[in-house]
Amino acid sequence: MAIAAGKLTRAATRIRGGGSAFPGLVAERVDPAILTRTLASVTGGIVVVTGTNGKTTTTKMLTAIIRAHGRRVFTNPTGSNFTRGVISAMLGQIGLAGRLDADVAVLELDEWHALRFAEVVTPTHALLLNVARDQLDRFAEIDTTARLLADLAGRTAHLVVLNRDDSFVFRIAASVPDKHIRYFGVDPQVAGQVPSLHEADVRFEDRAAPPAPTPDDGLLRPVDGRDFTIRFGDRTVGPLALRQRGLAAMVNATAAATMARAVLGEDFRTDVTEAVLREVTAPFGRGEVIDADGQPLELVLVKNPAGFTVALSTYGNEPVATMIAINDDYADGQDVSWLYDVSFEALRAHGVAMTSGRRAYDMALRLNYDEVTVEQIEPDLQAALEAFLTAYRGQPTRIFCTYTAMMSLRRLLAARFDLAGFAQEGQ
Amino acid sequence: MSTPPSKGRIVLVHLYPREMSIYGDLGNTRCLAARIRRHGYECVVHDHHPGMPLPEQTHLFMGGGGQDSGQSRVEDDLAVIGDRLHGLASDGTPMVMICGMYQMFGHAFITHDGVDLPGLGILDVTTRGQSTRMIGGIVLDTGFGEVVGFENHSGATMLGSGQQPFGQVRAGFGNNGVDGTEGARTHNVIGSYLHGPILPANPRVADALIAAAAERATGRPFEPAELDDSVADEARIRQIRRLLSTSAKSAKSAKGAKSAKGGWVSSR
Ligand SMILES: [Zn+2]
Repeated sequence: MAIAAGKLTRAATRIRGGGSAFPGLVAERVDPAILTRTLASVTGGIVVVTGTNGKTTTTKMLTAIIRAHGRRVFTNPTGSNFTRGVISAMLGQIGLAGRLDADVAVLELDEWHALRFAEVVTPTHALLLNVARDQLDRFAEIDTTARLLADLAGRTAHLVVLNRDDSFVFRIAASVPDKHIRYFGVDPQVAGQVPSLHEADVRFEDRAAPPAPTPDDGLLRPVDGRDFTIRFGDRTVGPLALRQRGLAAMVNATAAATMARAVLGEDFRTDVTEAVLREVTAPFGRGEVIDADGQPLELVLVKNPAGFTVALSTYGNEPVATMIAINDDYADGQDVSWLYDVSFEALRAHGVAMTSGRRAYDMALRLNYDEVTVEQIEPDLQAALEAFLTAYRGQPTRIFCTYTAMMSLRRLLAARFDLAGFAQEGQ
Repeated sequence: MSTPPSKGRIVLVHLYPREMSIYGDLGNTRCLAARIRRHGYECVVHDHHPGMPLPEQTHLFMGGGGQDSGQSRVEDDLAVIGDRLHGLASDGTPMVMICGMYQMFGHAFITHDGVDLPGLGILDVTTRGQSTRMIGGIVLDTGFGEVVGFENHSGATMLGSGQQPFGQVRAGFGNNGVDGTEGARTHNVIGSYLHGPILPANPRVADALIAAAAERATGRPFEPAELDDSVADEARIRQIRRLLSTSAKSAKSAKGAKSAKGGWVSSR
């Protein structure tokens, strides 16, 4: 009965064009065991991808790699990374008999929901990406988040893939001695030349380090800003360039390849993986490029200090006209203090053309303390976008924005450049 | 372009930047260092980590909030440098201590389970752990004018009988959500729950600390330069306006709901 009820709601909300989490909520209320029953038919692995940053990108890559190896994959692609989002996605793919037509499930869940999910369905594999402060976790300390990931690892049946460069994450290995552990990260041979993307774990005095890599661990070697390889012992994926730019995306690709190898075992192929990674497109808000009257306009979602810092190290030095839009609604995080945990020095050379959003003045003030010039401050997003695009017509542009600012900007851009569907995507 | 001669050298000590610097409190150090330089002084920022000696010359201290793990790591070190901090504080050294470090500058922190963790006792305050969190935008009236920030704490702090608060709450919770006080101020030591971070958003507070530090460093009165704070002022005024209008609305509805009880009703 639960499945029929959920499917009906799904059809109804589809027609309204509504969000993706609601139908799942209905089914979850009717029968919370629906997850367990339906996923029981998935025999090739139930993989949970979690961590603060890079979940959506990594999940998309991992799904694509496993599919390219001929497996049927069930995933929650809308970025609605909650358990009821999983149910909601599932309802679209199962018959009334409740069978999911998939060999492998790859699920993106935030740290809290990953654990809630694991209480109902035991994952076979868990990919733990990183732990960073996120102003959206209003009540959680970074240590609490690390503990959630450790608990998830403990509830995972078979194999856990850990980030060897994030001390919050690789330390989890010690707490799950009975699991298979694999690592991904920057090749230790070049680690000194690559900037760190992670926050320091101050819980312990010791300078802990992960064990020496094995041929099952994926190691990233950036060649330059775009090209890189992923090495597994003497087998190598690449060199290749992703469509999405930056070191963070390369790390995500390395994480995805490492987990794909763990799930596929002997069937894992480096050439197939390489070909797929070249083609994966950036998910919503992760460096999407819009054609704005013949010039690229790039939208970059920023939600926490680590993410903003990575985005700036990827794009900051380029001579592209830049706008930053900061809102402080509930979905953005109401505390804008986090902007002071980001260094904006990369923007110093070219300055910032416009700050906007509810906290436009706070953003401009923050930039002032990093000696970055700001040409204009306009809290109203529509007025700011208009002025920005007019002033920089015929030039490439980039907008860094918080979540609700991005949703508003997408609507404005969709209307202005006649981009059907662009406003709704990713909701 | 030649740099004018420095008006003096100010040593700013950031206490425990690794362990106690959450929610952008580092912005206070950035702000102080930048403003000291813009006022024409030289600024040396000294990051103090547990186990390290304090520099001989110190003119200004900043400490931030942290997580429980951070707090337990610095307790031992505070015991070592505590006497020195006491002496400097009563001698007029300016200090700004936010959230966790504010609590540790008090007499004690009494945890949920009743464990009594002693503090430095520089400020006459005592904090009790609570299960509910006091979180949100906050506006104060202080001796430095209106001050705005963002509070995020579960500890409820009570002032000792003679202890002066840092400010009076106009919107938000403050020390405990009950008595309308926020923070504590003794000599030139300010303890407060305001993240935001507090100093960039409220440059008058920053300059008051810098003035005291400059006097100590040079033996002469503070010689400020004229700084353009128009962006900070605009940011602060806008945020205060927003917070006061929301709190007026919720106070009205809270009044309707709990009018019989009387007393001070928290705006959130
Ligand atoms: Zn706090």
